[in-house]
Amino acid sequence: MFKYVNKPIEKIDGLALVTGNEKYTDDFNFDNMLYVSIMHSGFAHAVIENLDDSPARKTPGVAEVLSYKNVKQILYTTAGQGFPEPSPYDTVLFGKTMRYVGDNVCAVAAESKEIADAALKKIKVKYKRLKPLLDFEKAEGSKIIIHKDDDAFPKIPVYYDASKNMPSKVEADIGNFEEAFENSPGKIDHTFYTPYASHCALEPHASVSYIDNRGRLIIISSTQVPFHVRRIVSHITEIPISKIRVIKPRIGGGFGGKQEVLLEPIVALITWRTKRPAKLVLNRKEVFKSTRTRHQFRTNFKVGYNNDGEISAFHLDALENSGGYGSHALTVLSNAGSKTLPLLNKIENVRFTGKSVYTNLPCGGAYRGYGATEAYFGFGQVIDMICEDTKQDILEYYKKWSIKSGETSPIFKALGEGKEGVAMTITSTSLDQCIDTGAKESDWYAKKKLYGANSEMNKNNRYKKGIGMAALMQGSAIPEIDMASAYIKMNDDGSFNLNVGATDLGTGSDTILAQIASEVLDTPVEKFIVTSSDTDITPFDVGAYASSTTYLSGKAVQKCAEKIKEQILKVGAEILDSKIEDVEIEDSMVKIKSSSKGSDQEKISFEDICRYAFYQNNQFQIQATASHVSPKSPPPFAAHFAEIEVDTLTGFIKVLNYTAAVDCGTPINTTLAEGQAEGAIVNGLAYALFEDYYFTPHGKMLNDTFGKYGMFTAYDIPPITVKLIESYEESGPFGAKSISEININGALPAIANAFYNATGKRLFKAPFTPEYVLKILND
Amino acid sequence: MRLNFNINSETKELELKTNETLLDVLRNNGYTEVKCGCNEGECGACLVLLDDKPVNSCQVLAMSVRKKEVKTVKGIGTLFSPHIIQRTFAQAGADQCGFCSPGMVIASYNLLRENPNPTYEEIVEGLDGNLCRCTGYVKIIEAVEESAELINGKK
Repeated sequence: MFKYVNKPIEKIDGLALVTGNEKYTDDFNFDNMLYVSIMHSGFAHAVIENLDDSPARKTPGVAEVLSYKNVKQILYTTAGQGFPEPSPYDTVLFGKTMRYVGDNVCAVAAESKEIADAALKKIKVKYKRLKPLLDFEKAEGSKIIIHKDDDAFPKIPVYYDASKNMPSKVEADIGNFEEAFENSPGKIDHTFYTPYASHCALEPHASVSYIDNRGRLIIISSTQVPFHVRRIVSHITEIPISKIRVIKPRIGGGFGGKQEVLLEPIVALITWRTKRPAKLVLNRKEVFKSTRTRHQFRTNFKVGYNNDGEISAFHLDALENSGGYGSHALTVLSNAGSKTLPLLNKIENVRFTGKSVYTNLPCGGAYRGYGATEAYFGFGQVIDMICEDTKQDILEYYKKWSIKSGETSPIFKALGEGKEGVAMTITSTSLDQCIDTGAKESDWYAKKKLYGANSEMNKNNRYKKGIGMAALMQGSAIPEIDMASAYIKMNDDGSFNLNVGATDLGTGSDTILAQIASEVLDTPVEKFIVTSSDTDITPFDVGAYASSTTYLSGKAVQKCAEKIKEQILKVGAEILDSKIEDVEIEDSMVKIKSSSKGSDQEKISFEDICRYAFYQNNQFQIQATASHVSPKSPPPFAAHFAEIEVDTLTGFIKVLNYTAAVDCGTPINTTLAEGQAEGAIVNGLAYALFEDYYFTPHGKMLNDTFGKYGMFTAYDIPPITVKLIESYEESGPFGAKSISEININGALPAIANAFYNATGKRLFKAPFTPEYVLKILND
Repeated sequence: MRLNFNINSETKELELKTNETLLDVLRNNGYTEVKCGCNEGECGACLVLLDDKPVNSCQVLAMSVRKKEVKTVKGIGTLFSPHIIQRTFAQAGADQCGFCSPGMVIASYNLLRENPNPTYEEIVEGLDGNLCRCTGYVKIIEAVEESAELINGKK
């Protein structure tokens, strides 16, 4: 049994957050600070013929203007990924070609935001407008070439063909799909569409920078990836890494949107040139239009199966709209296959073909779910179609065909992140129990019997009810690539400093990592002073993405705490005049094994141990550091159930109940794990039902406010039940896997399957707006 | 210019320009607990109480509230003296990134002051003006329910 993990412990920053005491990037102000405003392109595709910034420069209060005229044209990717990045180097900070409405034209730094905004308006830009490419299905081989003469290149040896508008292509082929599909008695061939989406982190992107007393550049930023920020800013600005310090304070949500290096190089350049602090905070419209989005996808599924529903041939073809630049193009695309196809690992002939294309629309990037969300929409419906067609119980179907402990999938090796993947065997899953629990909680069998398109209650009723489900998997960190590390030192009251590169975006990872150290050292969570995400102070960590922090950074903390434990035992044994193998840690003390707690001669407190190590004999600092790279990426699993009511007159889908049973291994913090699931579910529901980007015929986003975009409020949510169904993942800290992303994947297929159950019709395009639903119903 | 304002039951002289919103004036004068999520009155992160009425401070000119009592989340409770709602939010996990929390706490405080025994429907109505992307609202609603019970002495 655990003492400090697998518990609903309050976030260590909780009270500071809810009293408004914590500081976010925009809460930092410095004397003599400049305010930065950016001019974004209003054209989807254009070349700047001339930019006259002299009226701005002459404006009193303007300190600096950045544009292609005075910013070196260094290619990079804004994707905050490990080095070398799998995303192409196709971006310059301020270039001459505008590739989407929202692309950077220039920036002004001034004494106030008002002056900067006013000065921006005075800058005269002469554009040569080019025909925009706005249909991603027509992008490949289009005459409109988006990255024509910019020397964009892939940083790693992968497919990249700018002449065809294709930043990436991913393929995997196992067995012989064609032959197996041809010979299958049952065949499915369907195409699905998923839309753009904005992360809608409540805190807009923000960065502030200044020069410290010794001339170094300090950047405070709302980022998920402080170490990648340091490296990429250095690359773009040519300021040495040693001169840059990146600090992530509290950050107001990320969801992948802040795994992107967008603002930091701009404030860095302004501060470096003017030697003055500089602040850049985007407004909400800018976040919608100019930052990163969820990629728009088209997925096609060709599936061959026999009369028992056994699938012999499965082909997932994905087309990804990368927008103006190729940030995360390759890896999101690859994950559309690698996070879905292994779920049904017994299919012998599996093919994945994926293409990513440039368009003159907003740029895709990392977004919670990362390709899996997009692919599960079709994947989950295809399995439902097969079960309906062959009269299988979908719950039993998933239980029969899903990947089990001790099993593998060839996809793990075939689909990597820019290189070959990593073969792995599943060592933990409770998916079967998730399915059973979800079925029970949602009253699946009773409702399945009651509902149905031809049921008594639905047949002649305007309101039709249905229930649907989907099984899901994701990953936990990027195997053999992602590295996390931790440092712990002991203080003379028995407290510890825990310094981690890991990035808490509100997920509570600071708390979770302290719990893991607590468990190893058998001392309360309050004993840990957690410092995270400061490139000067904390050891390296890739950052918060790929569902990695609990699993990967948590393991680094566990390893580090084990080393501390050894040192504490050694000192304790020395004080107790005993051998290290004869002592143990219990309740913040070292004691002689099998001794009773009462005897003072046989135990010594952490406080006394540290004092002894500091001041008495063989003095040294009890401290350790540890790093961790995972040889695998154990998937969390989940079963999601949606019960809906369709108003066939208005086309409105109301979700009546939503149930998710989730296997994240050991939930280190049960409250926070539930919170991750609930947040992802609601984001998934809003994505399934409302969220989308609407564009003018010229590629300008129309619904660029919260009000028009359609994010859910508390008023919109259905009753949600989350059940954590534990398994034990031996490679994770105390059995933990991940939970942050997986639960955003369920709403699309589960609601679509429920819709079929209610109406007998299939939904092929998200979001399921009333207009689209009516169109489907009346078809 | 500098003018006196009544904030969190104290008279404070604040630096401001005539055309500035209450949100900007508060934040520029150190009240950074009031957050800016959209500046368009749609997210509720900048919610404050004006004479006990909830208002998105980004939608109000500071000059217009000089005679009014402004209350930010710190006027409800502080780190060392938290209000029951704040205590409950933290315990329930109603805070993830915390950016919406000051506004959510204000909205909840206002709701429970007007209606100490809200139904589920009344709670979600009361929180309808406040966006949160992290929590899915589930634990926020639970925290408000829990706060109501604690305030009413039912627990």
